[in-house]
Order: sequence, then structure tokens, then C-alpha cells
Amino acid sequence: MKEEIIIAGFGGQGVLSMGKILAYAGLMNDLEVTWMPSYGPEQRGGTANVTVILSDTPISSPVLDTYDTAVILNQQSLDKFESKVKPGGTLLYDPSGIHHKPTRTDIHVVEVPAMDAMLEMNNSKTYNMILLGALLAKRSVVPLEAVLRGLKKTLPERHHHLLPLNEQALRKGMSLV
Amino acid sequence: MEEVRLMKGNEAIAHAAIRYGCDGYFGYPITPQSEVLETLEALMPWETTGMTVLQAESEVAAINMVYGGAATGKAVMTSSSSPGVSLKQEGISYIAASSLPALILNVMRGGPGLGTIQPSQADYFQAVKGGGHGDYHMIVLAPSTVQEMADFVGLGFDLAFKYRNPVLILADGIVGQMMEKVVLPPARPRRTQQQIEEQCPWAATGRHGRAHRNVVTSLELDPAKMELNNERFQRTYAAIEASEVRFAEHYTEDAEYLIVAFGSVARICLKAIEEARGQGVKVGLLRPITLWPFPKAEIDRLSKQVKGILTVELNAGQMIEDVRLASQCRVPVAHFGRMGGIVPNPGEVLTALFNHFPEAKQ
Repeated sequence: MKEEIIIAGFGGQGVLSMGKILAYAGLMNDLEVTWMPSYGPEQRGGTANVTVILSDTPISSPVLDTYDTAVILNQQSLDKFESKVKPGGTLLYDPSGIHHKPTRTDIHVVEVPAMDAMLEMNNSKTYNMILLGALLAKRSVVPLEAVLRGLKKTLPERHHHLLPLNEQALRKGMSLV
Repeated sequence: MEEVRLMKGNEAIAHAAIRYGCDGYFGYPITPQSEVLETLEALMPWETTGMTVLQAESEVAAINMVYGGAATGKAVMTSSSSPGVSLKQEGISYIAASSLPALILNVMRGGPGLGTIQPSQADYFQAVKGGGHGDYHMIVLAPSTVQEMADFVGLGFDLAFKYRNPVLILADGIVGQMMEKVVLPPARPRRTQQQIEEQCPWAATGRHGRAHRNVVTSLELDPAKMELNNERFQRTYAAIEASEVRFAEHYTEDAEYLIVAFGSVARICLKAIEEARGQGVKVGLLRPITLWPFPKAEIDRLSKQVKGILTVELNAGQMIEDVRLASQCRVPVAHFGRMGGIVPNPGEVLTALFNHFPEAKQ
């Protein structure tokens, strides 16, 4: 098993932390893991992306040219990464703010109305967990249980009261696709 | 069994330094290595092992604090990224001339000048050909994984004390910023003052009733005596070259073409090689782990086996000079590189290989 994933969007959307939680879930599940951020001068509004590789064999390159799965959160990232999904791969994207929808027919394109779901939950902090839930539903690379353990590991203890909310968001995301 | 953790290369450096029993870290923040200082400040080792962590007023101050600490036999280190490491060069030359152990980390970014903050390997010449003035060498270790970032702290200090010579960990923005699984080395206490004085009889630790004083200096105005110093340095370098060459190889046994790459770039090349192997092209990888001493003999040996060599570097072609020298230009040696902080992907490496050696495809 090897899953090469790109998560891309605006800085501030939780792209890097979504990747981090996925990486920790991989660690909890005894997988090999790399988490490679675009660490440019990202800030709220700029673009940000992270490559996460989960594998049951040693990982060579942390830098990739094609991906099994892309999670896309804005138009710039869709323009950049749609062509880089491997044939037969999966592209999940949030249609809010997307003017030109994906056109490829040789990959699984999955619409995830995460922004709407977030508004429904009335908490902007849940956005990336909704998307992660959708990813898990489509690509069961790690069990939800491992993600919850990963979440616990990455969240500082003073934020542990937010764990139930995050689990709710993950389950919401899973139900969307 | 030590716990498997997930962390950035820069964070692993900080954890490993504390666990090694490092006495002092002196640094100044700069992307992409600021997490070293940040992690040390967060871990507060001065309250546990007694390690000093100090944010100096500049890179120049930091390297001279290292110079002073090393002169007293302490295990001391600094870290920076390319522009900051340029500032440290005078101090590094003095540390080398004073035969002192010290550990320096460079997490390279694009240059010259302030350049970019993205990954680069453009400080290869600076690292292995001197950087500072005078005939000196540092032992240069090139980590390609977060695990090696952690492991090379201990290895670096051990080598620095064994040879009384500065050691440089030459990393890049990728291995500094990426998170991977890592098993940290076991924690051990810092050496006691008595242990330091036993291990480092040369250190400036006070006279203690001795007939002579230990004086640490790089100055020797008598040319005849300075030449004796130079000869002593050269004997040390010869001993290092004889015993400390380190490298890793993948798929070289039956290789007809060879890629030479170091650091995280070697891993990008490994994926390209795996793709090439899938197409029936016999390519191998040599990854120098010590950039100085350079694995000359192994490249010499492999150059008698392969039909062509490609070096892949995040620069305009620096290590290629050493590969050409080591292979005595027996076979064509070509270079592929990206600059300015751009990192090539495995597909680009494969394309470069076939562009330079089109016959490899047949």
C-alpha cells in the first residue's frame, strides 16, 4: 500500500495541519510517513500545499510529480494540480470559489461541499476536518480511529476539549461523499 | 525500544543535541532552520541537562561563542542557513586553526545573497573547499532523512572530538522542513567538568598547578612554526580521509549508468531510478554521506563499470567537479540541477538522464 497525496489551498484554510493529522494517523497505523510542506512565505490568503505520503514500504522521494489523490481547496490549486493526478486517481475539491470545474474524465472527481457543511456546523475551524473526513470516505488509507488518535497527538492538551467537535466534523465530511 | 516520533528535521536536531549531552547552542534565527532554536527554547534544556541555549545578537557573535565554548572543551554547536553561514566563515576558520571540536548546521537555501528561503545545495563549494580562509577542512555530513538529521548530531560531535576539528552538517530546506518518523538517540547526561578535563587535556580549563598553560589561539607569527601547524592539520585531514569516508549505494551492482546525488535530492533520484529500472534501464545511485572526505575511491571504482555518470544537485554544478576528478573523466560526467530554490521532481531527473544519455533507453 502506498498513497501519494497533495493537499492544496489558501494559507489559513488548515492545509498544513490537515496533512499533519493525516501523517500522525499514518504513524499511529505503523505506516511509513513523509510530510513535506511548501514552506514559502505563506500567510492567510497566499497559496499553501503539503505532500503527504503514506506507505507500508520505505519512502524514497518526498517530492513528487504525480499524485494518487489530490485535495483541492481553491482555483489556483485546481489549475496547478488537476493534471498531476495519476490516471485512475482521485481528485476531491470544494466547489465553493471554483469557477472552472475539473474536466478530466480518467480520474475520480469528487465534489465535497465542505464550505457549506462548515457554515452548517457554524464553526470555521472545522473546515479542514470536514475535508479530511471526505478524503477518508473515498480513500480509506487510514482508519478513522487512527485519525482521532493522530488528532489527539497533534492538538495541545489545552485544546483537547475540541476533540469531539473535530470528530463530528470528520464524520460530517464522511457523510458528504 | 525508543518511541517512534514524527517531527521535522530541524526539530530532530534540537532533540538530538539535548540527548547527546550538548553543553551549549548559540544561534540566530533564519528560515529554513529557525525551528532548531525554537525547539530548544521550547524544550528548555537548561532546566534539565543544564545545556545553555542562547539567541545571540548575530551569526558572527554565535560562532565566536562556539569558538569560546569549544576552547574550554565543551560540546557546543550553532546552526544557520546559507547567508548566516557565510557570516560565520571567519569564526569557522579560526576554530579549525585552533584545532577545536565544534558542530555547525547549515540548512541551505537559495543564493547568492539573501536569495530565497527555498531548498538549495549551492553551498557545496563553501562547505567542502574551505569557505573561510586558509588550508583547512571541515568534516561535512549530508543527511537525507530526518533520522539522519538526528543521528548526525551525535556522529558529528563524536568526530569533532575524535579529530579536534569542526564538523558541518550540510542539510537543505527539504530535510529541515519535512516531517518523518524518527527514533531519537538515547539520552545521556552532559560530561562532568572532570570528564571534560580528562577527555580534553588541551582545553583552557584553568592551570590546576600544571607547569604550562593551555593557550588556544590561531595566531602563530613565526612562519616556520606555522608551517609545522599546517603540517599537523594536514596529517589530521589525511587520517580523516583514510577512515571516515561514508556513502550509501542503491542498485549499483549491475548499474550501467550512475547518478551521484546527496541529501534529500538523492531520494528524489532514487525514485527516478526505480522508474528507470521499471523500464529496464540499469541505473544506480551513489549517495555521498560525507561530502568531505569525498568517496573518491568508490566513484573511481564505479567509473570503471558504468557508461556514464549524472550528478544531480540543487545548484549550477558543484559536486560534479569532485565526481569528474574522482572518475578521472573515464566516462562522460553530466550535470542536472535546478537553482534558486526550485526542487526537481523524479520525472525531471529521469528526463535529464535520458537527455544526457539517450543510448541508455535502448
